[in-house]
Amino acid sequence: MTISALAIVITLAQVMLGLAMAFAAWRIFLGPRAQDKVLGLDTLYVNTMLLLLLFGIQTGRTLYFEAALIIAVLGSVGTIALAKFLMRGEVIE
Amino acid sequence: MNQAPDLPLWAAILVGLFVLGGATFTLIGSIGLLRFKTFYERVHPPTLGTTMGALLIILGSVICYSVLQTRLLLHEFLIAGFVALTTPVSLMLLARAAIYRDRTMGEGDVPAHSDGSPAPETREAASEARE
Repeated sequence: MTISALAIVITLAQVMLGLAMAFAAWRIFLGPRAQDKVLGLDTLYVNTMLLLLLFGIQTGRTLYFEAALIIAVLGSVGTIALAKFLMRGEVIE
Repeated sequence: MNQAPDLPLWAAILVGLFVLGGATFTLIGSIGLLRFKTFYERVHPPTLGTTMGALLIILGSVICYSVLQTRLLLHEFLIAGFVALTTPVSLMLLARAAIYRDRTMGEGDVPAHSDGSPAPETREAASEARE
């Protein structure tokens, strides 16, 4: 009984995180300028990392933790690199 | 997809509350990212997901794995610490880049030089729907 209730709660949380990922992807799609798209990409990375942690809770495997750690590292590095590119590479030549 | 870890009742209640709370915070942050008008407002809501959402979901994960393996496992806080340290740095760099772009292109109501602190009410009418 408690296991099925917990399964429903975890699935509901996964649906909510998937909705959050859809909102971030929609901001990437319609974001008027480049920094909005970079911000949406950063949010998409964080939401994906949390969704992977939820998959890890659901299945009980530790594989998902390592994938979430890699996404957390690479997402922040990618955002910093894109911010530096916006600062130096596009507007001023 | 409809499976769950085999936890006792108190751990199941705690994990469910933490996971649902973290997902709610993250969803609110993404809704704010979609709905706010200017970029300088939109920088703020995703940090709701990176601080409170990540912390609650990682707490639920720590409780789940610690109960499942009957020993204290704290390695998930590595993600929380790393995200909480790197998100302000990257978002501040992104905001600085946005201010720089607005200054050089002469758009928005960004002040011309960085000696005066920018007034927040002048950013309300800043760049909308360009490019």
